[in-house]
Amino acid sequence: MTAITLNVIVQGVLTGLVYGLMALGLSVIFGVMRVVNFAHGEFTVVAMYAAFILFEVLHVEPLIALLPIAAAFFGIGYLLQRTLITPFIGRAEHEQFILLVGLATVIVNGVLLIFGPDARPINLPYSFDSYAVGPLFIDKVRVLAAIAALVAASALFLFFRYTRTGTAIRACADNLTGAAVVGLNVKQLYAVTFGLGLACVGAAGSLMATIADASPGLAQAYTLLAFTIVIIGGLGSMAGALIGGVLIGVSEALAGFYIQPSMKSMFSFALLIIVLVLRPQGLMGRRL
Amino acid sequence: MSFNHHRFSRRNVLAGAAAGAVLLGAPAIVRAQAKSLKIAVLLPQSGYLAQAGQSCHRGALVSPAVLADFGHHVELIHIDMESNPDVARTQTERAINEGAQCIVGAFDSAGTLAIAQVCEQRQVPLVINIAAAPQLTEQGYKYLVRNFPTGGMLVKNGLHQIQALIDATKITPKTAVFLHANDNFGMAQRKGMDAVFPTAGLPFKLLESIAYDPKAQDLSVEVTKIRGLNPDLLLVVTRAADAIKLIRDTVRQKFQPMGIISPGAPGLYDEEFYKALGPLADYHIDALPWANPKSKVTQALEAAFKKGQPNYRFAVECFNVGFTFDALLIAADAFKRAGTASGPELMKALMATDLADHAMIGPPVKFDAKGQNVNIPSSCVQNRSQTPTVVLPAEVATMTPVLPMPPWQGRT
Repeated sequence: MTAITLNVIVQGVLTGLVYGLMALGLSVIFGVMRVVNFAHGEFTVVAMYAAFILFEVLHVEPLIALLPIAAAFFGIGYLLQRTLITPFIGRAEHEQFILLVGLATVIVNGVLLIFGPDARPINLPYSFDSYAVGPLFIDKVRVLAAIAALVAASALFLFFRYTRTGTAIRACADNLTGAAVVGLNVKQLYAVTFGLGLACVGAAGSLMATIADASPGLAQAYTLLAFTIVIIGGLGSMAGALIGGVLIGVSEALAGFYIQPSMKSMFSFALLIIVLVLRPQGLMGRRL
Repeated sequence: MSFNHHRFSRRNVLAGAAAGAVLLGAPAIVRAQAKSLKIAVLLPQSGYLAQAGQSCHRGALVSPAVLADFGHHVELIHIDMESNPDVARTQTERAINEGAQCIVGAFDSAGTLAIAQVCEQRQVPLVINIAAAPQLTEQGYKYLVRNFPTGGMLVKNGLHQIQALIDATKITPKTAVFLHANDNFGMAQRKGMDAVFPTAGLPFKLLESIAYDPKAQDLSVEVTKIRGLNPDLLLVVTRAADAIKLIRDTVRQKFQPMGIISPGAPGLYDEEFYKALGPLADYHIDALPWANPKSKVTQALEAAFKKGQPNYRFAVECFNVGFTFDALLIAADAFKRAGTASGPELMKALMATDLADHAMIGPPVKFDAKGQNVNIPSSCVQNRSQTPTVVLPAEVATMTPVLPMPPWQGRT
């Protein structure tokens, strides 16, 4: 393997980890509530703009800003679930779909109205720096973003594994009726879950803002990307989202390098089709 | 009420009667001889082409005052075609119904084609400010002139300028890579490059043409691929957002070509590009038609632009502003010579245009039988202190070109 190929793979892994964190939010919400958030990419873009504003106005770096943004997104998610989503739980899937697509349209047009169509870059002092590891050049922002994504994903994993609330949420996901019978406050837990899902999106959006320039046009692409990742990784599987993200990141990078960069997305979708045919539940998903 | 009986003489009555006879005898002439030409300026002020469309619009806004100083009187109707050819078509119909005697526009080839069809049916002249699709002047339209190069001309002239640049800076590039967006414009440029490069006689080898998706998050894979090829020159066709990604990833990967040159595309001279990259935006070169900094028309336009659009830099916007102004100037000049706004007469005057004083670099504006100005040269515009600066041809340059460009290190 040549050094330049290795370089491409490393870059793909790093970008894929941030993709994975973004998709994690979608996976968590679906895994517990069976609600598919079709406004996922739109929320990611809002988080990118939030990071942009915090950097421009208060000079807070996105790696630090991800904490308040994730917290704010948790609050937004919690409120959204209690007010807007709850009435649609248990209703026909197409009704949920229309609700969230409508929400996505409102969000993206709101962003367009406020910020206009131009891309908004965050120019960090180290935006142009890279680490030279032997013959490899690895972007500093990607390394930092990937580490932050791993930390955020681990924190979420630990929360679900070792806290009472996390265990209760998992109980809801495994057996909703059983959870309700033993007295768990399902509505409250669903709101916390939606909040956590959006907190992931908030954190991922902050990190994405260091890699890509915030622009309303990214929203749909991110929604599609998140869907592709969670379907490959397994809808509802946390580890699957991260693995799916890395697989997409690496396959796009290699396809771009060896074939034609403009055909990168084609390979993500090819991977998606292969997984759907050979393992419909996704790489880490449970058999349906 | 009183009459001045002393002025009501036999001589006055005769003179009045004679004037009345002339008026009654030639009504058509009197009706057609308006004092100013009513021009509808159709541009994509919103939609995906809004950035460039708005820039052209700013040029149109400041133009009437400058034209008036040069003795031309125009009345402009500003219309947004929403980056949509269907809207362009219906808005052209509406503008003509409301009295537009000439159309100027429309930055985008697809929209301009839609406008051209309406203009042809209604016999109202269309003066194209910016649109590069060759078919605009190849489909036999009789009511259209274009003061903008075709895609092929842009590439050909751009490559000529690159040769001039190599001669002027005495660099010896051996290899190049062509990186282009895979959108309509980028693919048209690629076609032009494939057709023109083999016969252009440039002293370097084109190693590969790489198409990229302008919606990509970043261009790291593209740059890694280019780094692997290690060309001396990087030829690019980008938009502003992609140009930023390109430079960012090029710096991160410490790839240092002799120069990054665009053979006729936006991106490297947009305000967004300068704001995002600061000193790293410097020394990139665009080989494309540009406003002539030494022309008195350009200087007058710049002064009006500074006054009318204080939030924008003329140096950055002068491509869109200059071509839009020149289109209006061409229409106004033809109107002055025709002495009428009647479509066929105005068109005849447009085809006979020989306009020496205009804003963009180049010889007098003239149109061939198809309505195409075939003498629109490109120039080399290099970013210096985050300002696009003419460095070639020497007779209109305000600075000399710098190549190889200084290393990235020390510029951040």
